[in-house]
Amino acid sequence: MKDKEKRSGEFEAALIALNRLEVARLLTDESDERDVMLRVEQDVVPAMERLGRLWEGGKVSLSQVYMSGRICEEVVLRLLPQHSTPSGGGVRTALAVLEDRHMLGKRMVAASLTASGHPFFDYGSTDADTLVSRIESDGVDLLLVSTLMLNSALRVRKVREGLDRLKRPVRIVVGGAPFRLEPELWRETGADAMCRNASEVVSIVESFSRGDQR
Amino acid sequence: MKRAGSMTSMERVMAALSLKEPDRVPWFPLLTTTGARELGLTIKEYFSKGVNVAEGQLRMRAKYGHDCLYAFFYASAEVEAWGGETTYSDDGPPNCGIPPLSSSEEILSLHPPLVRESPSLLKTLDAIGIMKADIGDEVPILSVVISPFSLPAMQMGLESYIELLCERPELFARLMEINEEFAVEWARAQIEAGSTAIIYFDPISSPTIIPRELYLKTGFPVARRTISKIGGTAAMHFASGRCIPILEDVLKTGVGAVSAGCEEDLGELKRLAAGKIALVGNFNGLEMRRWSPTRAEEEVKKVLAVAAPGGGFILSDSHGEIPWLVTDEVLHATGEAVRKWGSYPLGWLS
Repeated sequence: MKDKEKRSGEFEAALIALNRLEVARLLTDESDERDVMLRVEQDVVPAMERLGRLWEGGKVSLSQVYMSGRICEEVVLRLLPQHSTPSGGGVRTALAVLEDRHMLGKRMVAASLTASGHPFFDYGSTDADTLVSRIESDGVDLLLVSTLMLNSALRVRKVREGLDRLKRPVRIVVGGAPFRLEPELWRETGADAMCRNASEVVSIVESFSRGDQR
Repeated sequence: MKRAGSMTSMERVMAALSLKEPDRVPWFPLLTTTGARELGLTIKEYFSKGVNVAEGQLRMRAKYGHDCLYAFFYASAEVEAWGGETTYSDDGPPNCGIPPLSSSEEILSLHPPLVRESPSLLKTLDAIGIMKADIGDEVPILSVVISPFSLPAMQMGLESYIELLCERPELFARLMEINEEFAVEWARAQIEAGSTAIIYFDPISSPTIIPRELYLKTGFPVARRTISKIGGTAAMHFASGRCIPILEDVLKTGVGAVSAGCEEDLGELKRLAAGKIALVGNFNGLEMRRWSPTRAEEEVKKVLAVAAPGGGFILSDSHGEIPWLVTDEVLHATGEAVRKWGSYPLGWLS
């Protein structure tokens, strides 16, 4: 069995080269004794997180991160049984774009969640009132919001106010260009946390699942 | 507007583009929606007629004393010409609605729209004509074309476009042929209407979005062909994206200036660009929303200290649009600071 570092390096290289076949081969390697879920946890999730950090540092481009996420999403969908929406216990998560048609960020977050085996409600592009109403009816605990424009980002405040009127706590995690370029903006909107890249969402969802305070 | 011994805005900007030191650093607050506030109109009403935008631009220049008129309405005005839609809000720029291309295969039957038959573009030409008649050659009028390479992010959505770019080279090539034809006609129409320079908006070419290896095969040749066919003065703008890794390539596209991303080391960029290309930048427009007048002055001094020495520099934001929420007070203070600290020679630096 290959050592962890070598395997991880090969997997990341295949992703950056957008080599679907190699990614699939590495994840289905018969000489690998780990079960599929462990391969996803140990290879896919760290590689996506590292690519996200490299993008923040200007070392790789958004197109590479996006396509890597899509490839991981496709391969993992073939390997693992999928639950596209939450069922049963655990933190019920939802993902939405707020008042915008720019869907790339949401798509990247969706790929990261799917590739790491986290179910979620996908609300697409929606407005603040509709979002609050769907969160209430689906019993969502954690809302992930993607935005591109500043005025859309500021609408998160309206979502926060709507959720505060519900009689139970709902956490909001935001992401997208306005929050990355103005690091204090997420606090102004009343969000509980922000992600600087799409893959960071996985560790945030897991920390909320453990009940950590952000 | 011209004081004895000082340059006109046009002379000042042309000196900077010639990589020289003008009388002072030119100041380009790229104001769009702010004009609606100036005229007391909603943003939707403001952009409904060219005369509104022309009036807004002229009034704002009289108020803030900056060095350009900006004929850019909003990005999705170009997509409207392709059958796309625009959505409006009361506190931000108009935004793209559903992209006009719902599948990549539609590229095969796509044809470029004609400028003369596109109401959203004709409004811009009206605005340019009115501004030119008023201001003559005293102040440069800046126009925008979205690059043929970046337009598909709005024509089909960025996620679909990245997939096309990475996996469908033949359809990508066909789309570029169509988009280049449109971009050249659109840019030339704006120059004929009275624009001084074309800002070639190409955010997808930034290394923030695609790797340099892919840029050299895609956005770069598209830019070279398109900018050469447009002719005239052009600047490359990456809408906040980084440019340092591709600066040497940008020099070969035929532009005279390049925008600096707000996350880049402006000093490093100045060192690389000195004597080769003028720099425009690099305020973070989102942060400007929080500035006080004192902070505005500090930020102006900080940017001037690294990028203004030797000339070839125009102070601006890095995104190509000052947000609606940036206050008059900050815009005034920024202009005052440029006039106070941006006059050559920059004695205060020594």
